[in-house]
Amino acid sequence: MNPAEHAQAVLPVIQHVDPFVSAFTVFVLAIFIGYHVVWNVTPALHTPLMSVTNAISSIVIVGALIASGPVEMNLATVLGLIAVGLASVNIFGGFMVTHRMLSMFKKR
Amino acid sequence: MLSINWVALLYLLASILIIFSLKGLSSPASARRANMYGMLGMGIAILVTLQLQSVQNYFWIFICIGIGGLIGGVAARKVPMTHMPQTVAFMHSLVGLAAVLIAVSAMADPIAYGIANSQGVLHTASTIELFLGTFIGAITFTASLVAFAKLHGLVSGSPVTFAGQHVLNLILGLAMLGFGVWFCITPTWLPFLLMLAIALLLGVLLIIPIGGADMPVIVSMLNSYSGWAAAGIGFTLNNHMLIIAGALVGSSGAILSYIMCKAMNRSLLNVLLGGFGGDAKTAVAGGQKQDRPVTSGAPEDAAFMLQNARSVVIVPGYGLAVARAQHALKEMVEVLTKAGVSVRFAIHPVAGRMPGHMNVLLAEADVPYDIVHEMDEINPEFADTDIALVIGANDVTNPAAKTDPTSPIYGMPILDVIKARNILIIKRSLSVGYAGLDNDLFYMDKTMMIFSDAKKACEKIVQSLD
Repeated sequence: MNPAEHAQAVLPVIQHVDPFVSAFTVFVLAIFIGYHVVWNVTPALHTPLMSVTNAISSIVIVGALIASGPVEMNLATVLGLIAVGLASVNIFGGFMVTHRMLSMFKKR
Repeated sequence: MLSINWVALLYLLASILIIFSLKGLSSPASARRANMYGMLGMGIAILVTLQLQSVQNYFWIFICIGIGGLIGGVAARKVPMTHMPQTVAFMHSLVGLAAVLIAVSAMADPIAYGIANSQGVLHTASTIELFLGTFIGAITFTASLVAFAKLHGLVSGSPVTFAGQHVLNLILGLAMLGFGVWFCITPTWLPFLLMLAIALLLGVLLIIPIGGADMPVIVSMLNSYSGWAAAGIGFTLNNHMLIIAGALVGSSGAILSYIMCKAMNRSLLNVLLGGFGGDAKTAVAGGQKQDRPVTSGAPEDAAFMLQNARSVVIVPGYGLAVARAQHALKEMVEVLTKAGVSVRFAIHPVAGRMPGHMNVLLAEADVPYDIVHEMDEINPEFADTDIALVIGANDVTNPAAKTDPTSPIYGMPILDVIKARNILIIKRSLSVGYAGLDNDLFYMDKTMMIFSDAKKACEKIVQSLD
């Protein structure tokens, strides 16, 4: 049996799922990771946790960069650029203020 | 240019680094390195995105990153630690606004995002994702702005309530969902903008009935929302890294809200419905308190007691942050420690205006973190403590939470200050706490009240100790 006949004879075993379903799978698994990781955070560091998660949620800058990507300026790119600016405030501000706070925590 | 598979793998690396940045917060020793992992992950994510073929607008992108980064960097250096709650709230609002802008941008040019067919008609799955991302982002934006204004004192921190408030919110919420469904069926601007406008309004209306001291829950909840908004954008762009980062932040904020609610023995719904800590209850408690005697003393008396004690546990509250007394307090701790007194701190989970607020203030004043203890650790120790020193805290020490089933805070876990041999309370007046309740602790024989501003009291105690 040559490969072409073989391909006809067997049913396709692997079918591709909708991208939404694989994205949703990732989403649910990430929630589980978040749940287990965050319960281990010591209460003393809850404020740095909030400021660092703030910086992390500014990962939307990836979306903003894609939005502002085309050289042609229109509503979509201008809004994207503003979002890039806003997210940058948070990324720099969030990580730096977290660093500042964490460097204050010292042992005796 | 990297292939699409390399892009996905590098995004995976960035996601893993971000997970490590949260994992490291399990102890102060590993936390600083963890923060570096977070920065590295974010840096990789940005660089990988910048080299995508569709991203060409480098000049303007670098200008925006530069301006934003400069503002963020300067703010991060300048902001006083006492202002952290409002800073965090403000930053949440920026994430929300950015998410909304990206969603509107995707609406304006859906073909460029690959979420529409060649005629520019959105795919149904994309409309649902766009709808979710937009309304969560919009609510995060305005709600965080109101929380910021309340925490920063731009508007009064007391709850704003009016008749029919919850019904109005419910109607608006249903209307928003209705326009969202309309948008999913016929993806045009009209239902999208109506849905966006209602979501923005709803953000304001949801936060105005919530009082200042419930803010730890609200700030955590908005933290969670900002994560879900990021995940929503991730679904729109079908970007797994955004989904992972968003889900991590979303679950982190949700867990913090849960911890805060539990520490107040209230349900999230009860907090969200708001109105707690209004003036009505103050009058009820006011009647009985005038005729009860209190022992009051000068800071000099407190200093005398403190230096003759073997063990002291300090209970700080929001009043410490208001008076910015953390540095004066640290000096007092230093002098007492040198004199051989064992000094420790007891932190209630909801002390202050955001989770971990007191820990950061004490760290700022160079108080070593190994003498700062959580409620569950320190509560068994109060019985063997000579002096419990309460500074600017009230409800979290109120024994009524354990003994009086009719009290609104009954069942809330408290610090067992009442078990200490002596109690010193630094407070500006006999006024009730935020829950509007009188505190039996003030009237006990073993209690001495020091009516003063927290900072001045600490400074005077230090002077008398020398």
